[in-house]
Amino acid sequence: MENLIEENVAGGAHTSLILKRGQTLRITDLRGGANVSVMLLNAQEKSERLNLPDTLKCQHTAKLTAGHCLYSDMGRVLAAIVADTCGWHDTLCGVSNADEVREKYGIGRYQELRNAFHRNGTDNLLVEMGKWGLGLSDLLMTLNLFSRVDVTADGLLDFAANNSSAGDYVELYAPMNTLVVLTAIQHPLDPNRTYAPKPIKLTLGAADASIAERCRTSCDENVRGFINTERFFL
Amino acid sequence: MTTKTLTESVLDPANAVHRETLAAGEPWLKEVKAGQTLRILDLEGNQAVDTLFYSALDPRERYDAQRTLRRQGSLYLTTGTVLYSNLGNPMLTIVADTCGRHDTLGGACAQESNTVRYALEKRYMHSCRDNYLRACAHDGRLSKRDIGANINFFMNVPVTASGGLTFEDGISAPGKYVEMRADMDVIVLISNCPQLNNPCNAYNPTPAELLIWS
Repeated sequence: MENLIEENVAGGAHTSLILKRGQTLRITDLRGGANVSVMLLNAQEKSERLNLPDTLKCQHTAKLTAGHCLYSDMGRVLAAIVADTCGWHDTLCGVSNADEVREKYGIGRYQELRNAFHRNGTDNLLVEMGKWGLGLSDLLMTLNLFSRVDVTADGLLDFAANNSSAGDYVELYAPMNTLVVLTAIQHPLDPNRTYAPKPIKLTLGAADASIAERCRTSCDENVRGFINTERFFL
Repeated sequence: MTTKTLTESVLDPANAVHRETLAAGEPWLKEVKAGQTLRILDLEGNQAVDTLFYSALDPRERYDAQRTLRRQGSLYLTTGTVLYSNLGNPMLTIVADTCGRHDTLGGACAQESNTVRYALEKRYMHSCRDNYLRACAHDGRLSKRDIGANINFFMNVPVTASGGLTFEDGISAPGKYVEMRADMDVIVLISNCPQLNNPCNAYNPTPAELLIWS
C-alpha cells in the first residue's frame, strides 16, 4: 500500500475529501480518547448518503468494527472497515449542536479563545458539507469513530471510558468514489466537562481491492452490497 | 425482556377530530397542530408503522433519532420520550403507550436495502421508501433529501451486550397503541410497512388506525 497524503487534524477541526474508488483512509487517534464524527456520501451523486439504519440492520450489528461495511441508502458500500485496532465505533449518539456544547462546557467564543474556541459537531459537519453544496437536510445519522456506547438490558446508554488509546486506528476502503466529511470533536456523552477535543491523523493510501475481501465476504448481505456497488461502474 | 411501564390514554375516540384506517402498505401525510394529540393504533397486532416528523413551518427541521436517544439516555421510545428535531427542539412527546417499546434504529425498508438484506431479485417488492417518496412528491414540500432515520412504532429491535442488533418478534398485539402530543405544528409522514421478508409485520402486513384529538 502506498501513502499519498498524511495530515494531522487538530482537535475541534473539520475537513472533507473524496476517497476515490480503490483508496483507503486511515484515521489514527494520536493521543487516545479521540472521537471522530463522520458523514459519507456518493461523490458523484450526492443525494446518495450514508444510511446507518440500513448499515446496522443488514449486518445485524449496532456497533461497527473491522469486517463491516458502511452502506448508502441505495444499497451500495460507501466504505468498508478493513482495519480497526479499537474494536467498537458508536452509531447511536450523533453530534452535539452549539446549544448542547454551551450547556456542557460554558461559553467559549473566538473573541477570547481564538482558534481554541468551542466548536460543535453539527456546525462543523454543516460547514464542511456546505462546501460541497450540501445542507441541513443532508446531515443524517452520523458515525462516531473511536467511541463506544453500550446498551444495558433495560436499554440505557452507557458511555465506555478509554475505548481508544494513543495510536489506535481505523481504516476505510472505498469501493466507490466517496465524499468523506469528518470532524475531530468530543462525543456527546463524553463525561469530561472540559472542552478538549483530541487531534487525529489522516493517511490517504492506494490499495488493491483484495484489501476489502474480508468485508465483502463477512456475510451474504455484503456480497450483494458489493455486487450493487460494482454495477454502479458498469 | 425487561419490565415495561404501560400508560393508557384517557382520550375517547368518540371525541377525535380525525379518525381513519390506513390499509397495509399505504402512505399517509397529514399535519398535526401544536397541542393536538395523534394516536397510532395497531389494529391486528405486530404491524410496523414507519413514521417521520417535520416542522410544518420549516420542513428542513425534522425528527432526529440520535438526539432523541442520547437526550433520554435510552434506546427505546415509550411514554415520556420527547421526540427531538435536528435543530434540538422538542417536536412531540409520547404521552400514552400500551405497547411499551418502539424502535428508531432499524430504519425503513427500501427496494435497494431489500436487495442487500434478502436477494437481488427482491428489488421490485413494495417498500416504505417508495411510500415516502410518493407522498413527498404529491405534497411538494418534501423530497428524498428530507428522508432521514424514522421511528418504527410497534417494532422491537434490541441491542445485545456485545453490540448485536436483533429483530425480535413483535411485542405488540391487536388494539395496542401509542399516543403523542405535538409540541409544534408537524407534518406526519407514515408508511404502513409492506415488508414481507422479515418478522417486523409477522409476515402479514395489516391496517393501522390513526386518530387526532384537538
